[in-house]
Amino acid sequence: MAETARDPPPDRTDFHEVEDGEDLFLEPSATQESEPASLSAVDISTNSNGPKQDSFFDDDNEDLFAEATEEVSLDSPERDVLLSDGPSPAITPITPPTSVITPRIGNTHDDMFTHSSFDEVEEEEGGDSFDIHLSVSDPEKIGDGMNAYMAYKVTTKTSMSLFKQRDFSVKRRFSDFLGLHSKLASKYLHIGYIVPPAPEKSIVGMTKVKVGKEDQSSNEFVEKRRSALERYLMRTVKHPVLLKDPDVLQFLESSELPRAVNTQALSSAGILRMVNKAADAVNKMTIKMNESDAWFEEKQQHFENLDVQLKKLHASVESLVCHRKELSVNTAQFAKSAAMLGNSEDHTALSRALSQLAEVEEKIDQLHQDQANADLYLFSELLGDYVRLISAVKGVFDQRMKTWQKWQDSQMLLQKKREAEAKLQLTNKPDKLQQAKDEIKELEGKVQQGERDFEQISKTIRKEVSRFEKERVKDFKMIIVKYLESLVQTQQQLIKYWEAFLPEAKAIS
Amino acid sequence: MMQEEVNEATSVLSVYGHTIKVTEVLQDGDTLTFIIVSQKLSGTGEYHVDRTYEDFEWLQQHLYAQEYVPGLQGVIFPPLPVRPQVNASAKVMKQLGFLGLGEWQPYCKALETFLRQVAAHSILRKNKTVEVFLTSTDPPGRQKLRRNIFNRLSQAVEELRKEGHKDVDEFFHTERDHNLVLTGHTRIAAEKFLDVVLTEQKIAVACGHFAAALHICVENGEDPEKKAFSRVCVKLSEVFDSIKKNMTSIAVNDMNTLGLGLDLDSRYLEAEKEMLFRRTCKLVELENAKKNAERAKPVKKNAMEEVKKAAEVEFEQICKVAKQEIVQLNRERVEMLQKNLIQWCEQQLQTAKEGADAYNQHLQAFIAMA
Repeated sequence: MAETARDPPPDRTDFHEVEDGEDLFLEPSATQESEPASLSAVDISTNSNGPKQDSFFDDDNEDLFAEATEEVSLDSPERDVLLSDGPSPAITPITPPTSVITPRIGNTHDDMFTHSSFDEVEEEEGGDSFDIHLSVSDPEKIGDGMNAYMAYKVTTKTSMSLFKQRDFSVKRRFSDFLGLHSKLASKYLHIGYIVPPAPEKSIVGMTKVKVGKEDQSSNEFVEKRRSALERYLMRTVKHPVLLKDPDVLQFLESSELPRAVNTQALSSAGILRMVNKAADAVNKMTIKMNESDAWFEEKQQHFENLDVQLKKLHASVESLVCHRKELSVNTAQFAKSAAMLGNSEDHTALSRALSQLAEVEEKIDQLHQDQANADLYLFSELLGDYVRLISAVKGVFDQRMKTWQKWQDSQMLLQKKREAEAKLQLTNKPDKLQQAKDEIKELEGKVQQGERDFEQISKTIRKEVSRFEKERVKDFKMIIVKYLESLVQTQQQLIKYWEAFLPEAKAIS
Repeated sequence: MMQEEVNEATSVLSVYGHTIKVTEVLQDGDTLTFIIVSQKLSGTGEYHVDRTYEDFEWLQQHLYAQEYVPGLQGVIFPPLPVRPQVNASAKVMKQLGFLGLGEWQPYCKALETFLRQVAAHSILRKNKTVEVFLTSTDPPGRQKLRRNIFNRLSQAVEELRKEGHKDVDEFFHTERDHNLVLTGHTRIAAEKFLDVVLTEQKIAVACGHFAAALHICVENGEDPEKKAFSRVCVKLSEVFDSIKKNMTSIAVNDMNTLGLGLDLDSRYLEAEKEMLFRRTCKLVELENAKKNAERAKPVKKNAMEEVKKAAEVEFEQICKVAKQEIVQLNRERVEMLQKNLIQWCEQQLQTAKEGADAYNQHLQAFIAMA
């Protein structure tokens, strides 16, 4: 990854430049709690090969990550135009360590230790523009009874050099998707990346499939799920950072995937709930973060509103879909009754016209069903996706709050230690004094790191939100165009039916 | 006063029957008043009268109770819709069917059809009450008439046994069977079609809600992405307004053409059923009279024979009228259904074309949106 502006790294790190495609990180270690503060309630298997912000400075993990390398690149000025920089939250300013980093425009804090290595990927990758076509297809029931599951074929067609081949497919089951999401969530959520949520588990839906019920509703369920999995994967790979994640690559490419264990905990909604719950707990605990960055305040409110609006829209569409299905049923019943009426009529031409009427109605019934499907798969699913995405967005905002809180906590602790040290100065306990001084030094480092983490997550979130809003417009437009096309098609079909029926009606008598 | 006038056998209707219109319905609390307009035969203008449902019932009762009209019981009486109810209960709504929809517009149409049919009927139009009903500014007498045998509800349960009574005439035997089957199927078809229309209306309402909900998503601000999303929401809202309009149109077409047609057909077949039942009752009466005449003791024989002869004559007259009525009904049914089917098809075709145009315009607009 060629970067344009790169200054020498801060003192404490040693890293080396990496070439594109080279494996940057250690092989995954054994199951390990990633960070004490985040996701502590959930036992998720963690791969350590993800950018971890505090891998260098977090005492707990120092050993593990000593050799982990990170691309450290610094913001070149042109990037920053995107991000409207407001004043940072009101806190005690800290003297930054001697790191030479290009100051951001209008930023009061100069120690921007950013690891936004992947931010530039999208714009800077030479010829490797985004070119992936994914499909999830061929749902296949494997096994019998309650142990049965659906296997899906995941096909990737791409010209990107990121991948080993251009056209390949693998078999995956639902829990594999959930496993992928949980890995990505544990790596990226807490540093501000909006990780697309995986589709919801459905006990009812799956039980029907397992039991072998081959009816309309279970077919619909499988199709809904297949479609949802496809959309989930596409959203994930569209994210320039997530695309490069080895777990994603492994998911798409490797023929054998280690079985994701403990799927109970892996439901993405569950993960998000955990994350949000932890965040709520944090909020309730201490002082509310003094948000003087207007951008974040406004965006947070905006997403709260959006959440409510989308849920309303979703409910509205679900009701519409329901009525469409009802219309289909009623039309079919009417068609039958018209046929019976036609049969009992004496008058030949009237009888024939009524039979034709019955046929027309049956065809219209089919159209209604197709239209209901269009409403369903397109809008309802899209809105459902976005309701879940908003949850993820709210999650990263809360993560930022937590990061801020951590920073504040370190600061307060530092304050206390300094006061304690001042007291110790007056006593004659050289050992204790030295210990206090050591602790203070350590804490100062922590505080600095805390501030850097906070700045970083803020920056990442801004980028992510901007990306989200762009994608949102694209997504909606695409779906709407598809929907309108289907509407137009339906109408034209209707016109054909009516035109065919008219001479029959006129031929009576 | 009114009563004596009513009993005059014949009268000439002074309006053009086919011009009768129920132009308006006025609501005052729980009372509905219908405005009826008809063109004078003399060409000198119109009659405007206001009538309530009770007035219609009054008319109907008088038509049933006419005396000295041979074969009256063989007439298939134009069916009057059931009593309307403001803020109708679910039960009444079900009874009303299509006529309960659309703010009484279909109901007015049904009343209009009733009056036109009465005015067109060769026997019924001659009754003075029709003239009075259509032309008198004062409301006709609203006192209830004595109950008569035409009131189906008053027929004792035992009478219903006669419904299955074997017929002596091939024509009527066939017609009774046919009517039974047809009445059932038509009623069911009308009910099912009503379900379709009600669901169409529900969809229209749901589309309206969705369109409104989208407007709430419009965001203020200079941010280009926000603006873009707001534009998308507004445009999509317009799409769903279009869909709502289209659905509403479809429902209205359904209601005004095939809906009303099936409703009228259903009620007319019921009216025919009632006529056939009356005839069957007369048949039973006749057969009893014959038996009585046969078995009568010499003393009573002559009297019984008189009764038998009277019954025979009456029965014959009824059969004659009934046959004419049946032939006419069968012809008119087909014509009416044809007309409605053609209208229905033409209107739905028109609506579909308008829909296709509208959706296509929206599609182009979306594609053009950068």
